[in-house]
Amino acid sequence: MSQPIIEVKHVSKNFGTHQVLKDVDFNVNEGDVTCVIGASGSGKSTLLRCINLLERPSSGEILFHGRPITARGSNPCEYRSKVGMVFQSFNLFSNMTVLENCMAGTVKVLKKSREEARQTAVSFLEKVGMEQYIHAKPHQLSGGQKQRVAIARALAMQPEVLLFDEPTSALDPQMVGEVLNVMRQLAREGLTMIVVTHEMAFARDVSSHVVYMADGVICEEGTPKDIFENPRNEKTKEFLARFSRG
Amino acid sequence: MERMVQLGNDIVKLWSTYGGSYLRGMLDTLLLALVATAIGCLIGLCCGILNTIPCEQEDPLLKRFFLKLIRAVVRIYVEVFRGTPMILQAVFCYYGLPYLTDGAMQFNSVWAASILVVSINTGAYMAESVRGGIISVNPGQTEGAKAIGMNHFQTMTSVILPQALRNIMPQIGNNFIINIKDTSVMFIISFTEFFAVHRGVTGATYLYFPSAVIEMLGYLTMTLTASVLLRALEKMMDGPENFDLAVADPLVPGEGMHRYKKNPKEPNSDYRIQEQQAEVSDVLAGKRSGGRRSRKGGHSK
Repeated sequence: MSQPIIEVKHVSKNFGTHQVLKDVDFNVNEGDVTCVIGASGSGKSTLLRCINLLERPSSGEILFHGRPITARGSNPCEYRSKVGMVFQSFNLFSNMTVLENCMAGTVKVLKKSREEARQTAVSFLEKVGMEQYIHAKPHQLSGGQKQRVAIARALAMQPEVLLFDEPTSALDPQMVGEVLNVMRQLAREGLTMIVVTHEMAFARDVSSHVVYMADGVICEEGTPKDIFENPRNEKTKEFLARFSRG
Repeated sequence: MERMVQLGNDIVKLWSTYGGSYLRGMLDTLLLALVATAIGCLIGLCCGILNTIPCEQEDPLLKRFFLKLIRAVVRIYVEVFRGTPMILQAVFCYYGLPYLTDGAMQFNSVWAASILVVSINTGAYMAESVRGGIISVNPGQTEGAKAIGMNHFQTMTSVILPQALRNIMPQIGNNFIINIKDTSVMFIISFTEFFAVHRGVTGATYLYFPSAVIEMLGYLTMTLTASVLLRALEKMMDGPENFDLAVADPLVPGEGMHRYKKNPKEPNSDYRIQEQQAEVSDVLAGKRSGGRRSRKGGHSK
């Protein structure tokens, strides 16, 4: 109906002579939950980091609302404030408390008043069930708690798109549950998300679009039903077979 | 033994006459070291920020040129001021300036000249310490800051430098203590700090060793005090080891947990409720058994 919110066009990324992404092309529409699956080293994380400009694509372009953000002269900070990111290793600011972590972006980048930022921060911490821990420092929290705070920090910027880079890979099974539940809730509320994950059940049940990557290219993409129930590509079949067996 | 008594007498004699001068010298030394270390740290932090501005291939040529230039200037500053003796830097500033400008430019006070020289010297050392401190901060912190849209300056001032500063606190302490001692070379531009008092006193009394003993004890007192205070400051920066749970209403235990019951999707919600109920029944059981015990006590009486 309308323009995709993010368009990735012919993006390649080289690290030296090693080509990690090869001519990747895909779109994300508003309200989509796109899950990117694939073996480790297939370029999923690099793709996500390119979308958030933490890595500059070697070639190709990325459009946000139709505007090229990889072009010279575009402001990456302004763009990043609209596209949040949640990391595998949390990356919470260790010099700040949970509350300060969630207020930093709103105060410094969006220039909101401290009172307003505090209210926003607390409301999003409530959403992820961490409002009791506002005075804690990140090192005093468990992995699942840290990741929930990291999600609240990203949400406090009220982003249009939220990127998740293997948000549960560093967590034990119980913590995975608490983080995935928060993400499920966000998906139900219609937040546009791109999730790089190894949680096949999450990809199958929550996403509206699944992208399977191998060796730096998108092998197959489609609805979860298409990918999980009748994958057409041989590599996809093999990859998913391994998961359903394991 | 006799010599020790003699030494004690000499020290008492010196202190009763020149005690005020010694104390004033100590005060000046401390003041100079404190101000110069503080300014030096600021210089070091600025150099740290300037040195780490990201420079990418995609940036316009002019920007890349300026960044390279800034880095070169900082590098030269560090190498020159770290690599030459402070005593000569003082001479260059205080005597060189009027010499070169034919007296048109000169320092009106030794204080200004001393603070300038010691600050710049400390700054050169601090620039390297800050660089080390910035490297020691996990790169994930930078990525986290960038991901919420912070620019380089915001990332540095609110995330990286506070952590780097904590990491280099022992270095700052080092520099402060070194400055307390090394400001003594400022006698070359006739700045009357603690060591200059010694020169003045011995010139008048010829009691070289007793005065040196006073100096030694004086310096040690200053550095030990500084050391203890710096440790305390570090501890303060670390903040409290524990945190309090923020409970909306402290009179209602478990307030803020109610959400779990409302939201059936929450992991282990059934388990949590069971646990809470178990706790409640435990408490009740405890009360009952406690009651029984007190009743027992009543019987035995």
